[in-house]
Amino acid sequence: MVATEMLRWRSTPLATLLAALLCSAGIAPSHAAVLPEDRADVMYHRYEGGGITIQGPSVLVRKTMAEKYAVSANYYQDLITSASIDVEVSGASQYKEQRDQYSLGFEWLAGKAIYTLGFTTSKENDYDAQTFSFGLSQDMFGDLTTLSMGFSRGMDTVRNSTDPDFSRDVDRYSYRLGLSQILTRSLIATLNLEVITDEGFLNNPYRSYRHRNADDPRLFTLAREIYPRTRTSNAVALNARYFLPYRAALYGGYRIFNDTWDIRANTFELGYVHPLQRTWTLEARLRYYQQDHASFYADLFDRPNQQNFLARDKELSTFDSVALRLGATYEFISNGSGWAKRGAFSLFYDRLQFDYQDFRDARVSMLPVNDPGFRPAGSEPLYNFGANVIQAFLSVWF
Amino acid sequence: MVASALHCRRARRWSSLALMACVVVTSGCSSLEPWVKPYERQALADPIMSLNMHPVSAAYMDHVYEAREGARGALGGGGGGCGCN
Repeated sequence: MVATEMLRWRSTPLATLLAALLCSAGIAPSHAAVLPEDRADVMYHRYEGGGITIQGPSVLVRKTMAEKYAVSANYYQDLITSASIDVEVSGASQYKEQRDQYSLGFEWLAGKAIYTLGFTTSKENDYDAQTFSFGLSQDMFGDLTTLSMGFSRGMDTVRNSTDPDFSRDVDRYSYRLGLSQILTRSLIATLNLEVITDEGFLNNPYRSYRHRNADDPRLFTLAREIYPRTRTSNAVALNARYFLPYRAALYGGYRIFNDTWDIRANTFELGYVHPLQRTWTLEARLRYYQQDHASFYADLFDRPNQQNFLARDKELSTFDSVALRLGATYEFISNGSGWAKRGAFSLFYDRLQFDYQDFRDARVSMLPVNDPGFRPAGSEPLYNFGANVIQAFLSVWF
Repeated sequence: MVASALHCRRARRWSSLALMACVVVTSGCSSLEPWVKPYERQALADPIMSLNMHPVSAAYMDHVYEAREGARGALGGGGGGCGCN
């Protein structure tokens, strides 16, 4: 199935464009690309919304060696406490779990090309993920243009904490292509394409869909979800960043997405960066996201096994979300102090609002039928929730 | 069968166009004059113009959105395990 989808993908005009761009990326006129700056970041992150709290640290270190090589390492942790609507509807109680993720990266600068290798491993009590990635970027046309391409291979193992014998695999492949273009003295734009294909057990082993109760149509019954074993998605993103004459930056972006599950999505983003004097930088960003539901998604099915695939994952439903960010960075080292060239502390707050158009609050139809708040299955209010995301991080350039 | 042949012809036509574009693009590499000279790129070199000002934060927010939305990819990052179970 995946092979068929990939063959279909390869024969599309978009795939041909990808082949052409890869071809031109292979030509290597000379001059110097630049490796990223040496820096270390330590972050605390916290997400709270929809009955879920996720928090933890993230540490990122990058170091260049002999001006040709660079290594990077990242440790990221999620400490999760969840009593989400899915958990409540399933009848389970609040649970806690931990996810640890380690990443290692290696970059090699050769003329105007940068080659990258990466490895990421992520572990939690019921899910393991490992990803290998390879990338290449090439500066050209007087360094006005940077072409990049990448490939990732992921191997996941899905388990079920209530069933020690349950173990399923997921294979993931990602193909990326990027173009960064300086358009004027003040404007730079990027175009990114990514094709991701998955094969294996793509369900959440705990999640259920619901169908009308055969005895009382006001009520519902839960049954285990059934997903296709493959998924291929295409995403194209165009972003631009503009330098305003009074030293500020305005940026915007648009991403279009579709996949073989019939999800169509659009993402818009607009942001503004405003330095104040030499030490403060203020940021604001507005992001809007909208998607249509997957072909096999329904909030309430009429009967069990109504179709081949059945899902009630709200991430596959029709919904939109708005996110507003406010952030500030204080640079406490600007001109070098000992081994540190620069040092900054940043605090970001994001407010996210999710509004679902075909995912209902099934908790209402779980109330006793004589409860004044009860509504029959299929006529509950639509679900929505807000989330607060806080990031506080310290960055040092050395 | 006819549809398949048509599809093949279309694919070949696109491949030919892509090959021509490739040749044009690459043969132009050496002669194309950069219209923004290196000494005119002070504004673009300003840290506020970095496409990824806060890498640790960008990776985190990508993960936040990817775990809650159906869409994924083309974010310019390197990818990684999701663990969104």
